[in-house]
Formats: sequence, C-alpha cells, structure tokens
Amino acid sequence: MSNPPPRTVRFTVNGKPAAVEVEPRLTLADCLRHALRLTGTHVGCEHGVCGACTVIVDGRAMRSCLMLAVQAEGCTVETIEGLGTGLDEGGAEALGPLQAAFRRHHALQCGFCTPGMLMTAHALLSREPDADADRVREALSGNLCRCTGYIGIVEAVLDARPAYQAGAPGGQPATGGIDRTG
Amino acid sequence: MKLPAFDYAAPATMAEAIELLERHGGDARPLAGGQSLMPVLAFRLAQPSMLVDIGRIPGLDSIEIGEDGVRLGARVRWCDILEHPSLRSVHPLLVEAIGHVAHYPIRNRGTVGGSLAHADPAAEMPGIAFTCEATMVIAGRAGTRMVAARDFFTGPLETVIGPAELLVEVRLPPWPAARRWGFEEFARQRGAFALAAVAAFYDERDGVAIGVHLGVIGATGVVQRLPGAEAALEGRPVDAPGIAAAVAAARAEVDPPEDAEASSAYRRSLVGTMVERALAAATAR
Ligand SMILES: Cc1cc2nc3c(=O)[nH]c(=O)nc-3n(C[C@H](O)[C@H](O)[C@H](O)COP(=O)(O)OP(=O)(O)OC[C@H]3O[C@@H](n4cnc5c(N)ncnc54)[C@H](O)[C@@H]3O)c2cc1C
Ligand code: FES
Ligand code: FES
Repeated sequence: MSNPPPRTVRFTVNGKPAAVEVEPRLTLADCLRHALRLTGTHVGCEHGVCGACTVIVDGRAMRSCLMLAVQAEGCTVETIEGLGTGLDEGGAEALGPLQAAFRRHHALQCGFCTPGMLMTAHALLSREPDADADRVREALSGNLCRCTGYIGIVEAVLDARPAYQAGAPGGQPATGGIDRTG
Repeated sequence: MKLPAFDYAAPATMAEAIELLERHGGDARPLAGGQSLMPVLAFRLAQPSMLVDIGRIPGLDSIEIGEDGVRLGARVRWCDILEHPSLRSVHPLLVEAIGHVAHYPIRNRGTVGGSLAHADPAAEMPGIAFTCEATMVIAGRAGTRMVAARDFFTGPLETVIGPAELLVEVRLPPWPAARRWGFEEFARQRGAFALAAVAAFYDERDGVAIGVHLGVIGATGVVQRLPGAEAALEGRPVDAPGIAAAVAAARAEVDPPEDAEASSAYRRSLVGTMVERALAAATAR
C-alpha cells in the first residue's frame, strides 16, 4: 500500500515537550534516535529480546522498539539522556547515582547494552528501592550484555539503592521544547 | 527490521473500533500491548493495512473479583496482575503462572487479551485459561458472545475471534481457598517461553484428589490438558505411587514436536518431570 500520511505526535521527553511528525509505522526507538537525535537509546534486535532500547514511559520500563511513536501521544518518556544530574562545577556532565555505581563496579565494557540496563534499573529502583539481588537479576533478565558477565551490573544496581531509598533521583529539569514537525 | 507501512487509529469507543475493523475487512488488526504484534510486524509475518489501537477504549482494564470468580479485562497488563493486592490469595495459580511471562519491561505493556488472541501454545495465559476452563467474552457488531476456552483455541496461533471482533474479558471460575495447586515451568532463560510447563490443581476430599486438572504449556503444539494423567490420579491419594502413575500417563499421552530447541523425547520426558514437580508442590500447599 502507499504510505499513509505522517501525523504529529506530542509527548514529553526528559522533562521537555516534543512535537514530532511521524509515519504510523515508526517505532518510538527510531523516533527518539532519528527525529529527536537522542541516540543514547540503542537499537539491537528490533524485536524485543535484547533490551538495548529500553526507555521509561509513564514511570515504567518499556521496549521502545515494541512501541509505536504514535502510541506515545501524551506520554512522559525518559531516556538515558535524562539520567545525569546536569552539569557539575567544572561544566562536565555529572553522573546520576546509578551511572556512578556502574563506573565504580566496571559494569560496562563496550557500552552497547548500558543505556537499556540503566533505564531498566532506574525504573526498578524508582519503584522498588529495596529490591534484593534476586529481584534485580529478575528485572534485568531481559537485558542482554555480551561483555561483562552481569556480575558487576547487578552489584552496581545494588550499590545504587541508598540514593533511591533516600528519595528517587529524577531526571533533568525542563528547559525549552523540541519541535520536529517541520 | 523496520515495520511495513500501515495506517493507525486509536478509537475512543468499542463501537468505533469494531466499525474500523469491519470497514477494513480482514486487513486491519487490533493493537493492544504490541509485545507480540510488533515482533510479528518486524519480521513481516503480517502486513496489515491498519492497526486499531484499543489503548484508549475505556473499561477494558479492570480486575474484578467476585463470587463467580475472577474477571480480567482484555487490557489488563501482566504487571497489573503481579502487583494486585489480593489476586495472589484469590487465584494463586494465575499469579504464579503470570510471574513466568516474559521480562520486566515486556510485562509492563503485554496484556491478557493480546496473549489470548495471539494464542501461542507456549504462552502461560492461554494455558491457564484452558486448564481452568475459563470463558472468553467477545464483542462484535451484534453484541457480545461467550466462548468456553475449549472452543476458543482452534490451533496454534488460532482462535474463534472474527476479523471484526474484539476480546473484551476473560472469566476464570471461582477458586476454592483450600484447593491444592502447582505450577512448574522449564525455560532456558528467565522470562523465555517455556520448553515445558505444567499447571496442576485438584481439591482434596477424604484424603483423595477430586477434580484433577493438569494442563501442559509449551511442550506440544497446542494448549492441552492431560486426560490420561488426570484419570490416573482422580480419586487417589496424591502420594508417591499416585504421582508416579500420573507422570507415566502424561509421558505416554503427549506427542511433542521435534524442533531446533529440543527433541521430541526430551520434551516428553520434561512434561513428566513438570507433572511430578507440580504435584509435589501441590501436596505441600
Ligand atoms: C522477548 C519476549 C518474550 C516473551 N516471552 C513470553 C512468555 O514467556 N510468555 C508469554 O506468555 N508471552 C511472552 N511474550 C509475549 C507477551 O506476553 C505479549 O505481551 C503477549 O503475548 C501479547 O499481548 P499484547 O498485549 O502485547 O498483544 P499485541 O501484541 O498487541 O497483540 C497480539 C495479537 O492479538 C491481537 N489482539 C490484541 N488484543 C486483542 C483483543 N482485545 N481482541 C482481539 N484481538 C486482539 C492482535 O491483533 C495481535 O494479533 C514475550 C514477548 C517478547 C517480546
Ligand atoms: S532493540 Fe528493542 S529489545 Fe532489542
Ligand atoms: S557492555 Fe558490551 S554489551 Fe554490555
């Protein structure tokens, strides 16, 4: 069939309003990467098995390759780009507590799986700050890492818990919107 | 792979959704959580002209618990079942089985209705609906109709839902609090589809098992009960000889296919082991 006309979808990304013109068949993952240039969200398998594309939609971890951009209408989307805590005094991007724990525990090597791991773990700890090792492993069972062997990843997530127990660390504050409706 | 081109609508009412499906003939597909349909589209196993997103239709996401059992709206997600405050005590078998469905992020979108309509013989929800003799409520232009689980699944990935119909609810019969039950699954990876799983339940009267239900998921090409194994245990105590008789009958009556995952003999053996473990778990509950 001929391609149906694009339409405008509006949602919030990392605290900022976004308006994007998309074809109905565009996945949320491709919308984030190509239309909004938020390329931190990685795309591996494109059919739900690897977890690299995991983002947070309305407070819950979801596969952005298994969701259409048009389905994000009115939703609140959080991606890896929003996980840092802004800029530190030196002007460098400051790591959030989960990211800092990943660095301490060598929980990444090539980094391809890392955005998905971090967003899944961030969603988990935001809802369940007391999650134990078994629960962390269960929640991360759908995120594949071909480098680390997972042990450092699980340790890093467990080590980040105090920051969440003290009150969930959020994303960046809203500044300006992104309009890609052309 | 990228998805084929299709049009998309998110109607606000059930009537509108059914109208849209009807207007597109068999060419439109309902979209619920997308956790099965999106991979199907990515592999281009289907190329519908239109997706009718049922996500904005009100009233499809309730969990109702009453004298007549548990009613799950089609859009109830796996996470809703797992996080429900009382469902685990009201219907422990359901909640235990759903804990084996997919992974954390997938459970945040995947729905009861989507799973039943997709009718994967390795999926937990169709297996539970079939084993528990659930009733499906299906809506079409002429109103709703009720279909018993044994008539609902017509083959692997096939149900009686018509092209202009929507599944709106599944009703699980009442579950006596004292019922004995077990659910055991074997998968290669946590959250992966089962190589074999067994759902078992019975009521105990005067030390013997009454109303034995044994359902097998994943090992054979269809959702099925194990009538031979059920008969072997019916009216008997669930002790070592009773369980052994059920296991032997189960292994004799299943005919698993051979595929890249496992041989037929391996799966047959696994079904017996799952029956054994599920019944052992039931006696301890
Ligand atoms: C990596 C991975 C692992 C998985 N592992 C498991 C597992 O272990 N066990 C398991 O059970 N599932 C598993 N799933 C599938 C998952 O549970 C799906 O969520 C579920 O099977 C379908 O639900 P959905 O809401 O996502 O449906 P969708 O994908 O939206 O729809 C599925 C089909 O049902 C139709 N449909 C949807 N809703 C209705 C309705 N109300 N009326 C009529 N037709 C409808 C659609 O047209 C489509 O044909 C897995 C999925 C992935 C990606
Ligand atoms: S790219 Fe989405 S799960 Fe692999
Ligand atoms: S760090 Fe390389 S895949 Fe995980």
